Amino acid sequence: MAITDAPKIITGRIGHADSHTLERYLATGGYDGLRKALTMTPEDVAHEVDTASLLGRGGAGFPAGRKWAMLRKNPVTYLVVNGDESEPATFKDHLLVERDPHQLIEGVLIAAYALQVSQVFIYLRGEFALGLERVQAALNDAYSHGAVGRDIFGSGFSVDVVVHPGAGAYICGEETALLESLEGKRGFPRIKPPFFPAAIGLYGEPTVVNNVETMSNLPWIVLNGGAAFAALGEGRSTGTRLFALAGHVNNPGVFEIEMVKTTFRDLIFAPVLGGGIPHGRELKAFVPGGVSAPWFGPDQIDVPLGQDEVAGAGSMLGSGSVVVMDDHTCAVRASWRITKFFARESCGQCTPCREGSGWLEKIMERIETGYGREEDLDLLLDACDNISPGLSWPPQQTTICVLGPSIPSSIGSAIQMFRDEFLVHIKEGGCPFD
Amino acid sequence: MSDTAQPAPLIRRRPNGGPTPNLTHLSADVVSRARDLIALYPEPRSALIPLCHLAQAQEGWLTPGVMVDIATLLDVTPAEVLGTATFYDMLHTEPVGSHVVSICTNIACLLNGAVELLEHAESSLGVNSGGTTADGVVTLEEAECLADCDAAPCVQVNHRYVGAQTPETFDALVADLRSGARAADIPSHGTLNRVARTTGLQADRAEIARERAAMADAQAERAAAKKAAG
Repeated sequence: MAITDAPKIITGRIGHADSHTLERYLATGGYDGLRKALTMTPEDVAHEVDTASLLGRGGAGFPAGRKWAMLRKNPVTYLVVNGDESEPATFKDHLLVERDPHQLIEGVLIAAYALQVSQVFIYLRGEFALGLERVQAALNDAYSHGAVGRDIFGSGFSVDVVVHPGAGAYICGEETALLESLEGKRGFPRIKPPFFPAAIGLYGEPTVVNNVETMSNLPWIVLNGGAAFAALGEGRSTGTRLFALAGHVNNPGVFEIEMVKTTFRDLIFAPVLGGGIPHGRELKAFVPGGVSAPWFGPDQIDVPLGQDEVAGAGSMLGSGSVVVMDDHTCAVRASWRITKFFARESCGQCTPCREGSGWLEKIMERIETGYGREEDLDLLLDACDNISPGLSWPPQQTTICVLGPSIPSSIGSAIQMFRDEFLVHIKEGGCPFD
Repeated sequence: MSDTAQPAPLIRRRPNGGPTPNLTHLSADVVSRARDLIALYPEPRSALIPLCHLAQAQEGWLTPGVMVDIATLLDVTPAEVLGTATFYDMLHTEPVGSHVVSICTNIACLLNGAVELLEHAESSLGVNSGGTTADGVVTLEEAECLADCDAAPCVQVNHRYVGAQTPETFDALVADLRSGARAADIPSHGTLNRVARTTGLQADRAEIARERAAMADAQAERAAAKKAAG
């Protein structure tokens, strides 16, 4: 395994200080992908994306081409871009939105053309104040440039794009909650079936929801062909992908890496990537794909960065965010904080998630602060089992959306990997790391 | 039954069906920007959250009067505005300070000293998380992940990133907020988007619907031709 010299498909421009401007974008091949797409039929554009076998980059990893194909029978009314990046330790879309807004817009326009949609909404989380300004400014420039609006580049194709701010709710990253939010309501996920966005989406119309990173790949795919994209990576995981690395590493950041060819070891320790763990400490555990994913330990460090490879090892690549914990980290405290997050962000519709997350959080707090009981470990697992029966992976679901079954991941991992640490907390009446 | 068989509406949006009430709590400028925003959406209610952000720039929070005005603009009830607003962390239905300081303590920040930073902030500001300083300058809040994890512990002021903070730099930051030294890059609370859209909707909804139908027909024709060809 090694770090390959695969092209920088979506981060090639961000080295420039003015990467967010139209001037820089045009000087670096900007809107050439859209111009090329407009000379093709919409079906051919969709075919290229299908050939690229681009997996959705939002977390679920559903192939974008297949998502679109589901809609070919009945015409799509709306395209919605999911930029509500809120999964803890995920900050890749933040980079794309702030540093290369035109690339996102071009990708969105290509998708709109392929789907023959005339109305697009880009939903960005409200905390991206600068990102919202950058995307709106880029859109204003793109309108003046003739790339968006009526009869774009003289092609006869018209499309309008609206930037929509969220207002701070993790659950709105779930696509049906996002649509509710976009309709001006509380971000309550809709029950599926029947409310699959492809059938009954925004305002009850067929809607495609795609992630920011997924969209940002499209200009390159159209320019270079789906086959060139599919040639990168391995198996089902094609192309390159952004990995957000944070926690106990010398060089945290977002890295664009060819899928499958690189391992977690490379990502965390390679000098050009994570640069290893500070203060000469050892690796204790790491989160492989957002806090909804079960943790990995040093034994899984050589798992390749690929969707099926990580799934095969018992977790998920999810949103591509990796959090490294060194051997001075308290596993109880870390999983307590993650549980607290879910308890706070549960929308409250389903009892197992709403009540379960709160109870779990209180039990975890009790253990961390020294008031735990030995039977609490079984109690935790029992409550987890009520949210996600069997505690299997991929998880079973008792709730409308997948926020609920994401809660047990970190608790299950922490108890399974560091049971002794829980017992020390309970026996000594406090946290041994304090 | 007489000719008044029409059932009474469940929600009486306008008392006595009277004329549109005056918008007394939003400034003329906000109302004009709000109307531009509403025009961008197929359903007016979709503009609810953008309008709340817009209105919050006035006083930092959604006063009951402001919510009535938003409801009037969107033709929904004030309760519907309140119902949506209370779901979201960024929309405040109680007064906040001129600067909302959000300290993330989620996993990546926790591992990099965020809890220690929050404790320092609470003691140096003399307020607990959620509280506002007596001078009304700072509302402190413990935040969930703000998506800037390579600059941990991550701090935002009025949702502008201010980079990783230590207790020392945090105190300097608060001093700057109090003196107004950061006024240029950190606008008042609620000012989410200083860049307004410059292009209005370039066609009316009916024309867009006609175009869409034509596109769908053309697509169906191509599909039929392809099927016929093989």
